[in-house]
Amino acid sequence: MGMTVVEKILASAAGLPSVAAGAVVEPQVDLAMSHENAALVINQFQEIFQGTGRAPKVWDPSRVAIIFDHRVPAESPKTATNQKKIRDFVSANGISKFHDIRGDVGGICHQILPEYGYVRPGYVVVGTDSHTTTHGALGAFSFGVGATEMASVWSLGFAVNIEVPATIKIVVNGEFPPFVGAKDLILHIIGALTAQGANYKVLEFHGETIRGMSTSGRIAICNMSVEAGATSGIVPGDAETVRYLREEAGVKEDIPCVVADADARYVRTLEVDVSALEPQIACPHMVDNVKPVSAVAGTSVQQIVIGSCTNGRLDDLAVAAGILRGKKVATGTRMLVFPASGRIFSQALDNGYIQDFMKAGAVVMNSGCGPCLGVHEGALGDNETALSTTNRNFKGRMGNPKSEVYLCSPAVAAASALTGVITDPRTV
Amino acid sequence: MAKVIIELGNDISTDDIYPGRYMATVLPTETPQFAFFDRTEFNARLRNREFPAGSIIVGGENFGCGSSREQACSALKGYEVTVVAKSIARIFLQNSINLGLRVVLCPDLEASEGDELEIAADQVVNQTTGKTFAQVKMPAARQGIMDAGGLIPYTRTLLQARS
Ligand code: SF4
Repeated sequence: MGMTVVEKILASAAGLPSVAAGAVVEPQVDLAMSHENAALVINQFQEIFQGTGRAPKVWDPSRVAIIFDHRVPAESPKTATNQKKIRDFVSANGISKFHDIRGDVGGICHQILPEYGYVRPGYVVVGTDSHTTTHGALGAFSFGVGATEMASVWSLGFAVNIEVPATIKIVVNGEFPPFVGAKDLILHIIGALTAQGANYKVLEFHGETIRGMSTSGRIAICNMSVEAGATSGIVPGDAETVRYLREEAGVKEDIPCVVADADARYVRTLEVDVSALEPQIACPHMVDNVKPVSAVAGTSVQQIVIGSCTNGRLDDLAVAAGILRGKKVATGTRMLVFPASGRIFSQALDNGYIQDFMKAGAVVMNSGCGPCLGVHEGALGDNETALSTTNRNFKGRMGNPKSEVYLCSPAVAAASALTGVITDPRTV
Repeated sequence: MAKVIIELGNDISTDDIYPGRYMATVLPTETPQFAFFDRTEFNARLRNREFPAGSIIVGGENFGCGSSREQACSALKGYEVTVVAKSIARIFLQNSINLGLRVVLCPDLEASEGDELEIAADQVVNQTTGKTFAQVKMPAARQGIMDAGGLIPYTRTLLQARS
């Protein structure tokens, strides 16, 4: 019987000729990623080794990645002390895929992994972050785990007792209208599936629109697959994957891609035609509360946020800068921009986007998670509303349970910054 | 038998259970103070230790959706509560099993705050309303971890088995 992409990847990682959804496997892990929560992973990891008479050493330091992004630079002595503890662990274990707080090689974990070629098609990737689904954009099976599960992977090199997930096939066709793109597509899909519609399942993306989409767009789509509950999103590796890894990530080795069998079994198929799609907005306080921009246009917003692992890449900044160039952010609205990595920040400087933002009145912040998770900076006041290109709008997500967050594409965010109200970018 | 101390709706996120702004706190001895922090009254009652171990939090569908933060589980584990929900998001369910937080899947559950529930092996009996609801078994793949008392002892055993 045919296999889906994830079934093939798991069969190979578990050393089996084939597996089917529902089977329990113990796949070898190709890459294990953590961020600041490595501080908790380290505690659990040391506890595993207690009483074993062995020194706690990670199974393969070349397969562990740690990226500081959630609270950079540290917002508190507690975070700074955790980061220090992680640095010590990194050097004691010889972990080379470590990205500290730096303007050159720093950035958000889900941007750094693709950018540095750490993820390849066919890999099994685990990360202590729910948006680890992102790396399916490169044809990997990539899923989020908790800190204790990561500690177990660090100890053993494989993930214990993984149930092979069933797969939903998403087929996307049609050409995007102007100012409509990957973010609108995934918001639309989440609205259609609901926040739990893909729980315990994989979303496998197909269709001419996906084939023609850049890796950046695929990253946005796989990143947000978790908002429908998916274990992972995945775009089977193809010519674009190979192009990205060679040209943008500098990968020299062979890049074999894993594709689904023609007779693979899917639990459901969802077909989407994007040719008439409007810009989409996720309204408070759930990501599946999705409406076309026309339904909420005119809603007043006090803070616009452009950035994050979802939409902080160069093409996102290019669209936003193009809309803002030579214009001004509306009075009464503040705009925050945080590029997803130091490399993107540099490129945006070279291309003049940073100047465009600053001259328009936006505040450009260092690369990192910044306002996305409301811990660090860019908190909202009581009864304030934000419009953001990030991926979650749960109550309190931007640090204040008495505020509201709407989610949108970079084009909608930039157009709305000019007016101070939610605005269809096709009207400015 | 144990009392339902709060009845929650669908899609309760880990931001609700454990706000992101306290994520720098990681020790299981320290996380419980922030459990449901923005539900001020409930948080205060938890911290005052008003609820005996085994007390029940009733959730709707997709309980624990969102972030993978394990603090959401360690914070609840600190009060030794049991979560009985219609369905539970994947990472939260996994984290609960890994840490030994008791979770029960009960898709048709009807229970309100104050009800007394009896959690049997394969069903949940609401003693207050007299209704009985079937439980869904935990994924078989997870049973071994539960039997071992969590993922830490489970992993330790595997590690020691490899000489
Ligand atoms: S940018 Fe936001 S969603 Fe992305 S990793 Fe950081 S906190 Fe998570």
